[in-house]
Parts: sequence; structure tokens; C-alpha cells
Amino acid sequence: MHVFELGFVAAVLLAATPILYAALAGALSAQAGVFNIALEGQMLWGAFAAVAGSYYTGSAWGGLLTAVLSTALFSVILAVGAARWKADPIIIAIGTNLLAIGLTGFLLRVLFGVSGSFSPRELQGLPKMTFLTDVPVIGPIFSGQTVLVPFAFVVIAAAGIWLKVSPAGLRLRGVGEHPDAAASLGVEVARYQTWVTIVGGALCGIAGAQLALGNVTVFTENMTAGRGWIAVAAVMLVGGRPLWLPVACLGFGAAEALGFRLQGIGAPQQLTDAAPYAITLLVLIATRIRLPRRRTAAAVTTSAPTPAA
Amino acid sequence: MTSTSGNDADAAGLDGPAASAVPAVELIGIGKRFGAVVANADVDLVLRRGTVHAVMGENGAGKSTLMSMLFGLLEPDSGEIRIDGRPVRFAGPLDAIAAGLGMVHQHFRLFDTMTVAENVVYGAEPRRPGFFGRGVVDRAAAAARVRELSERYGLESDPDAVVGSLSAGARQRVEILKALHRDARILILDEPTAVLTPNEVTSLFAVIRRAAEGGATVVLVTHKIHEVLSVSDEVTVLRDGRVTGRFATAEATAASLVHAMTGRAIDEVRNPRTGTPGATVLEVSGLTVGDSGAGSGSGSRTSPGGGGVAAVSDVSFEVRAGEIVGIAGVSGNGQHELVAAVLGTLPARSGRVRILGDDVAGRSVRDRRALGLAVIPEDRRGEGSAVTMSVAENVTLGHHRTPPIGSASGVGRGWMSIRAERARARELIRDYDVRTSGELQPIGALSGGNAQKVVIARELSHRAPLVIAEQPTQGVDVGAIESIHGRLLEHRADGGALLLVSHEISELLALADRILVMYAGRIVAEFPADEATTARIGAAMAGAAEAASEPDPEDPES
Repeated sequence: MHVFELGFVAAVLLAATPILYAALAGALSAQAGVFNIALEGQMLWGAFAAVAGSYYTGSAWGGLLTAVLSTALFSVILAVGAARWKADPIIIAIGTNLLAIGLTGFLLRVLFGVSGSFSPRELQGLPKMTFLTDVPVIGPIFSGQTVLVPFAFVVIAAAGIWLKVSPAGLRLRGVGEHPDAAASLGVEVARYQTWVTIVGGALCGIAGAQLALGNVTVFTENMTAGRGWIAVAAVMLVGGRPLWLPVACLGFGAAEALGFRLQGIGAPQQLTDAAPYAITLLVLIATRIRLPRRRTAAAVTTSAPTPAA
Repeated sequence: MTSTSGNDADAAGLDGPAASAVPAVELIGIGKRFGAVVANADVDLVLRRGTVHAVMGENGAGKSTLMSMLFGLLEPDSGEIRIDGRPVRFAGPLDAIAAGLGMVHQHFRLFDTMTVAENVVYGAEPRRPGFFGRGVVDRAAAAARVRELSERYGLESDPDAVVGSLSAGARQRVEILKALHRDARILILDEPTAVLTPNEVTSLFAVIRRAAEGGATVVLVTHKIHEVLSVSDEVTVLRDGRVTGRFATAEATAASLVHAMTGRAIDEVRNPRTGTPGATVLEVSGLTVGDSGAGSGSGSRTSPGGGGVAAVSDVSFEVRAGEIVGIAGVSGNGQHELVAAVLGTLPARSGRVRILGDDVAGRSVRDRRALGLAVIPEDRRGEGSAVTMSVAENVTLGHHRTPPIGSASGVGRGWMSIRAERARARELIRDYDVRTSGELQPIGALSGGNAQKVVIARELSHRAPLVIAEQPTQGVDVGAIESIHGRLLEHRADGGALLLVSHEISELLALADRILVMYAGRIVAEFPADEATTARIGAAMAGAAEAASEPDPEDPES
């Protein structure tokens, strides 16, 4: 079996896409100064909501819409808790992640009376771009994919440019870098952080929908299997800069796809399953060594004037 | 100096009758309390248009509180604020900005990863159409705006430079540009010279004068007398939250200002020479230290040249018992790295450091301190103290293993006596005249001068033979400076050795027996106390080769 062929490229893209959306959510939050590690839980909720939505509406697009809206709603916990009420985002995110596992497992039993996985015959997956089948090069890569795959790159490019050129993007970056300075210039820090986190929720909804209705057509308990954490790693790797996310995420996608291929040629499954995570770890270590620390001055914040004693 | 003697008719001629009749800002009977502490009481302050008005006072005199109320950060308990004669109430700084005020805080509020232009226009961006009709930041217009303001006020700055790479002076200019971009007519500068080099101070003052001549009203909050005398038109002095003096600067003298600030006359600290120095306590030879990478403790840039250039190169000197050796230099010329290498927080690339004869290469900070080294660090809040911990705990830090607080052996080993800690803290608070509500108050709640007294008490009270003091009086008020200088001289009189790093030439002249000047990581000049002058040291600090005297490692006295 050949490892490097167009089919492999397709497999890489397929594996990378859910991570791309989740990582974009994380990167936008990072730009606004919210360290979002709820990506795993939000993606899992998005996957469940997509399957449930598709099942009840009978349409995969209904599933996607359900996933986007309900995950945005799900992310309000983090958005309001961390940005508005100033709770620790790490603790809320941990709670969110645990809640997503429990809640999806619970609803799986209550709504569908099954445990483990749910894939009724009538469950609609997102349509593939089969109209591309006969196009050379593009066809073998994209014809088996959903439209969400190329769309991920469009959204990331748009987000990256928006951050750079728009007034709101400029303000968002300032909010993340030095909230006191932003506030002193009339920018409402909490408002930016709240909205960016909710938008991130919507993106995690897309990630979940692609995972459960695009990559496969099934919901399995804990089916995100650490992809949200890989997205967190990707965000840290690129320092929250969206335009670099494809590089990081495609790397992880390649590791996952390579794992499948190696399984095909007889490597033990446990080893190949571990490949993306092992690569994540190695890459994170490597970048820590290589990159100079680039936040010292930014860490120095000023406090409100205190009454002099 | 322009005419300032309170002659309203003069001002009327300049600004027209309406402008002269109505001052730009009037604070009338302002009062503010924090719990039982009276921060301001019945303060009247009148700022006339087109003047530079200095608000003076020691740390804790209520200057910052007063300015915070003017800028809308705090609400006064009583009194009235009028802008152009109209009473105003500010719900927040945005209201103040809208009313034409701008404030340059002592701690800059800048986005380090963004450019100068982005920082200046942030929150009030010029726009042009683009990005699917959503509008984009007009970068060209932003840069043009920065250039226009720079030119008009003489604020040299490059719109495209990334702020994080700029010197403290350039960053301050960005702060001023931010206020000007928002059309500030009344500019409040809070302790603006604390982070500047002498040259930067000179150009800042030129900017201030230019702004005032252009019709702006500038408030200069400071405790430095020579600044007030050199740049302001009028002075209001605060002490304990009340106005204790109002002067036209032309009629004020240093003595009258000090008297109003402190309520008494301050004796200039004289340097009473005490015999010849004794044995060598610190010996540094051929010391070279790599760039620390993370920047110096002051947060300013690392050594000129940066990159792989050594922060300290081939530095040799010694400090003897009963001697104060001063290190002069513009911040970021390797002084901080030199101290770090002696303390052991930065590795030496080559060369030798001996403390009381012991080569300390490879020894930990703890070992070096045990040999008899004490350090008063430049970064009081970051390195010198743990801000959320109490005064008592801060006094203990580093001495928690030794009696009376800790115990080196026996059952007490590993435990601390809280009772002994508190007793010791109370004793030091009394001895060093620390103004605090008690030894359990967090040190972060103390004023800068009082927090520094705690650090100095901790470092000096153990009678270490070698003390290194970095900028011991930076940001500290006049009264506390006097007391700190007294303590350092006492340390010398008791036979201690002191290495004093300071950016204030006057401080070095007042204290040091010998002054070494560092430039670009090297010692470029050495002056015995009686040959040192501000001009000679200043020239060497600026790197003027011809000013460098023959470096003489031997004791110049004897």
C-alpha cells in the first residue's frame, strides 16, 4: 500500500478539519485573552447535537444548524462565567469538558435509549462534494469530503485578515494583550471576550458536526477522543495566530492519517492511535526549546490607582 | 521661563478675555477618604490655560488620588470639578477624555506587540471602506496622524515601529501621542521622568513647553524639585492630602518647595568620610556576562546592540570594607546583569567573582548570601518583595531558616516561629520608620518609599559585610530618600562594603567614595569622589570616549 498519494492527502484533510475549526475557536479566544480549554467538551457537545439535530429534522443541514446554535449556547457558560463574572476560565472549562461527557452520554440513553454509540439507518450525514469526482487532482482529494473541509480554510483566512485589518479585530487583539489599556481607551473588555467565546462555541459546533456527520455518520460516546486538546496544543503552538493554524492542524491530521495507514500495513493499533498525541507532545517540547519567551513586558499590568497610605 | 506671576491681565492679552477669565480646570474643595484615611481634604487647584502646572508632594501626599479624581478614575466625596468654567461629573475616564483630558500614567498602558500607530489610534481608529463593507483600519491615515502630531509637538516617533522594541522614553511619547490623538487639551503627566534618561527628560520638557505654548494645559505630577523649577509655570504642593503651598515657579526656591512638601527643612546628606577602606570584600575580575535575553529588571531594553552581544564585558573592580563604590550609567548598559552575576541569578560567561576571598563560581544564590551578601534589588515589587504577603513575612524572606525565626537544627528545624517573625517585623518597622498599619499589612499596600524601607530593613539589618543596592531610592519621596541614604552611610560607617548602582548622578555624588561608569557593558571611566562632577560622569555615561579617565583598579585614596 502506498502511503503518499492523493488519497492520503484526502485522509489528512479529513482528520485535520474538525481540529481546524476547534483550533480557530481557541485562537480567537486566545487573541482576546481567554485561555479556552473547553474545546474538547464543546466539540463533543457539537457532535451530539449534530447527530440529534440531523435525526430529528431528517436533514444533515438541520443537524449542522443545531450543532452551531446549541454549542454557541453551551459556550455561554464559559463566556459569561469567565468574561462577565471573572471566574477562572480554566476551572469553568474543566467543568464544561466533564459536563459534555456526562450530558451527552446521559442524553444518548434518555433520548435514544442506547449507550455506546448511535447510528440509526435513517441518520443523514453531510453530503460529499461528489460533483468534483472527475476533476483531476481536486477530485480524488475533495470529492469524498463535505463542503465544511474547504470552508474551514476560508473561515480561517477570513478570521486572520479580520483580526489584522478591522477596527474590531485590532480592539480584540488589544483586549487580549493588555485589558487595562484597552479599557482605559473605552473598549469594553468583557463584551469582546464574551462574544469571541460564543463565536468560538459556534465554531466548535461546526467541528463536532464535521466529526459526527462528515468524517463518519454516527455519534459515539467521547468520540472527540482528545481532538479538542490537540486543538488547544495547536493554538499554543502558533501563539494564537489563526493564519498559522493550518500548518499545525495539517501536521496533526497527517499524524492521524499516517497512523491509519501504518495500521493497514500491520503496525499495532495501540501504537498508531497514539501517534497524533505523541507528535503533539514532541512538537510542543520542540517549540518550547526553540521559541524565545515573548511575553515579559506584556505580563506587567497596571492596577487601578490605590489610595496612597 | 514665561511670565507666570499670577498676573491675569498678561494671560488675558495672550488668550483673549474669555480664556483668561475662565481657567481650563478648577478643582474646588475636593475631598476624598478611603475608610479612615483622608487622601485629600479641601483641595483647591486652578490650572490656567497654556501653562505647565506642577503638582508636588511626597509619596502618599495625595497627588495620585487627586489626579485620579480629575481624570474620572475616582469620584470625589466632596467638592466640585470645573472644566472651562462648567461643573462636570465624570463617571469614568472616558468622560474625562471626552471633556478634553488626557493622562499619561506612570506605568505605561501600551500594547507591546502592536505598532506605534496602532497604539495611538486604538479605540478611535480612522477607517476606510473594505472587508465586505465592514470597514477597515486606515493604516495610512493612522501613520499620517502620528507623523503630524509628532511634528507639531516635537515628539519624535516612528509610526511603524513595534512598541515592545522601544525605549522607555519612546514609549512615553506614544502615550502622549495617544492623548493628543484624542484631542486632549489638558494633559496630566504622572511622574513622567521616573523611567527616563537625562537626555529623554530634556526632550520631554521641550515637548511640555511646546504643548503649553500651543495652548494646552499641562499638569506635571512629580516629587522632583529640580524638574518643577525647570519646566513649570506654577506649583501646587500637597502634604497629607492638603494644599501646603502655591507658588509661581519664578518666585519659588528649592528650599521653599521642600519646606512645603515636608513641613521641615531637609539637611543635604553629606558624605562624612571615615578613614581608609579596609580589606577587599568583593572582587570582580574579567567578568563577562551574556545577554539575559529577558530584558533588564527595569523593563527597559537590554544593552545597546542587543542580540548576542555580551551584556557585561571584561569588567574588573573591587569593593573594600568601609567603602561605597558607585556604578553610574544609563539604564540598560549592563549594570543589572553585573549585579545578577554577582548575586548568582545569571551565569558568568567568563571571569571571576570573589566574595570575602571565596570564589563563588557555581555557587547558588543561597550560598552566596550565606557568605555575607545582601542585595537591594532594582525591581522592588518583582524581586525585592512578595507584594501580596505581609510586611512581617517579607522581612522574614531569606532568613526563615536561621534564629530567631527559623531553627537550623533540632526539633525546630523546618518550622518558623510566627511570634518571633512578628516581633522582629515590629522592631524593624519602628527602627526604619516604616509607615504601615501594622506588620500584617500586605507590603503591596504600602507606598513605594515605605515598601522600599522594608526591603532595606531586611537586607541591612543582618549586617551582611557586602551590600549591593540597585537604584535604592527610585520612585521614593524626599523624606524616605534621606532616611535610606542615612542607612547606607551607616552601613559603611560600620565597616560594611556597598556597591551602589544608580542612574541618579546626584545620589552617587552624595554617597560614593569612587564612581565607576558603565557604558555598553564595560566600565569606561572611574572617578574618585573628589574628582567626580556631574558633567564628567554624564559625558562618560553617554559613551564619550574622551571623558574616560585612566581606569585605575587600585584604590585612588591611600
